[in-house]
Amino acid sequence: MAVEQPLRTPAPTSGDQTRIHNIGYRSYEGPRLGRSYARLSLYSQSLRGSYGLGRSAKSKVLPMLLFVVMCIPAAIMVAVAVATKVKELPVDYTRYAIIMQAVISLYIASQAPQSVSRDLRFKTVPLYFSRPIETADYVRAKFAALTSALFILTATPLLVLYVGALLAELDFADQTKGFAQGLVSVALLSLLFAGIGLVIAAVTPRRGFGIAAVIAVLTISYGAVSTLQAIAHVQDSSQAIAWIGLFSPVTLIDGVQSAFLGASTTFPGGVGPSNGEGVVYVLITLGLIAACYGLLTRRYRKVGL
Amino acid sequence: MPRRLSGLTTRVARVTNVGGVTVIATESLSKRFPRVTALDRLSMDVGPGVTGLVGANGAGKSTLIKILLGLSPATEGRAEVLGLDVATEGAAIRERVGYMPEHDCLPPDVSATEFVVHMARMSGLPPTAARERTADTLRHVGLYEERYRPMGGYSTGMKQRVKLAQALVHDPDLVFLDEPTNGLDPVGRDEMLGLIRRIHTDFGISVLVTSHLLGELERTCDHVVVVDGGKLLRSSSTTDFTQNTTTLAIEVTDTDEHPDGTRAVREALDARGVSVQDGSGLPGSGHVLLLTAQGEETYDLVRDVIADLGLGLVRMEQRRHHISEVFTNETDTGAGTDAGTGTNTGAGHGNGEQRKEAVGHGG
Repeated sequence: MAVEQPLRTPAPTSGDQTRIHNIGYRSYEGPRLGRSYARLSLYSQSLRGSYGLGRSAKSKVLPMLLFVVMCIPAAIMVAVAVATKVKELPVDYTRYAIIMQAVISLYIASQAPQSVSRDLRFKTVPLYFSRPIETADYVRAKFAALTSALFILTATPLLVLYVGALLAELDFADQTKGFAQGLVSVALLSLLFAGIGLVIAAVTPRRGFGIAAVIAVLTISYGAVSTLQAIAHVQDSSQAIAWIGLFSPVTLIDGVQSAFLGASTTFPGGVGPSNGEGVVYVLITLGLIAACYGLLTRRYRKVGL
Repeated sequence: MPRRLSGLTTRVARVTNVGGVTVIATESLSKRFPRVTALDRLSMDVGPGVTGLVGANGAGKSTLIKILLGLSPATEGRAEVLGLDVATEGAAIRERVGYMPEHDCLPPDVSATEFVVHMARMSGLPPTAARERTADTLRHVGLYEERYRPMGGYSTGMKQRVKLAQALVHDPDLVFLDEPTNGLDPVGRDEMLGLIRRIHTDFGISVLVTSHLLGELERTCDHVVVVDGGKLLRSSSTTDFTQNTTTLAIEVTDTDEHPDGTRAVREALDARGVSVQDGSGLPGSGHVLLLTAQGEETYDLVRDVIADLGLGLVRMEQRRHHISEVFTNETDTGAGTDAGTGTNTGAGHGNGEQRKEAVGHGG
């Protein structure tokens, strides 16, 4: 390695080529790529961080494990489908994420605080804001990064299913349509979950709180909504089932995709929202995503320096 | 191991002259919060070089930096940094300015290299340039092998160096250093101050450094701005602060004829009617004599006396008053009270005798 010499005296570049020359301070005259590049850098750093890349080995364990857990059932289904020459996949593309929602919740609970609480806790946020980016750039980069990470998590098993389905020589048009619907559904789910996770995590600089709060919000809301729906089903008020479904992120996505993306609902009674109700579902979902973005922007305007 | 021998030009110290002579200019800049006035019609001009921003805690230093970075709008008045308006061109300013915050800001599970590379890219440097500049900058601030280790295990001194490195990595024209010597021991403090000096002399980057210790800034800065309660108390060069001093410090050798040269000189000067005091009680200062120069003739007198005695004159120098005395005399408010604590008397380790004495004298 280089041996350091006093910096004041730059060695003349002459003679012996094996000497280490002290070249003193060099200024930077190259390009400065500005705000959008900085935002992109933050995005890619955060996205890589969501899978533990560029971080310690320890922090790779959980996200990678969850990723594998997410993909294994799809791989098994594909193997079975190819081996037994079935007519269709055992699970719809749109249904997969709903079945695996516990894994998705765990992932968002562990990675949302990783993405934003760390910056708050170690006070790195002021450093970011001393760079060319603005508050909105930070929020957008983080939001986009976590959404992308979630999309990778949820879309990869769908891709496995799709490729497997084609290998098993299932109907191409049918499978492609289902796959596309599934992708739209998990994209929406990624946006919604990332938004909710980030808003909760950005409130506290403590990672533990963040993890617990995200899990609590996702599971309690789902548990409560399912229970109420079950009660409504028993009491034969099927109208209420659809409206109750508006109150948890998972059932929201479920409602949207069963109304518009050809999915079969998991609501009790198997009756999803009608088209009219479906519009409300879509509006609420988009509204929630927008609200999360707004709340994050507001939050970071205060954090500042 | 030849390392990047060709294709690179050796840098000749860049003359810091950004457009004109003013790096920072504010014009009746005010910042009012619901309960407090952080800045109160502050007008000042800061030129290239190392400028110290002095004030007690809560004097408005950090608020000023925040406004200058374009992160917080001023309530009234205007400010320009590097000729760019802080209200409208904040992003452009932040691209050319570095900022080292006062507080800890380093994630512990990342290595210094990774962190500084990331911050370089956040400043707009392309990936390759970011890596090269990071290696260079970390070397300049004095971080070597340890830069590959996670920063959680760093000492305070090393952390301060990383914080400084991330402020310099994109080769800014100006850096804001917020309390860079906080938490450092005397040795680390001296090293940091030396580094700050070099940022200007070797790197050609102008510096605005805040501190509540006046003593530090005298050593480091070309110019000192004193704020208190959001108001400008004084802004002038460090030589202005100390130009009226008349104390001389002299040190002589011993000879066989005069085994205690110092005493011989003192007696000879006493005989000529010049009162002489010993140097202060710091170690090594026993051989230093202090006397008050009446004018040019005092220098001649000292020279003649020593020549007559046949002694060697090790040095004769004008002793600068400590900067804090100036404030204590001139201001009867907050800055003055802070000044007394700023003399840093405990700093036994000095890069030069003169500093040590200046500290002793000032205290």
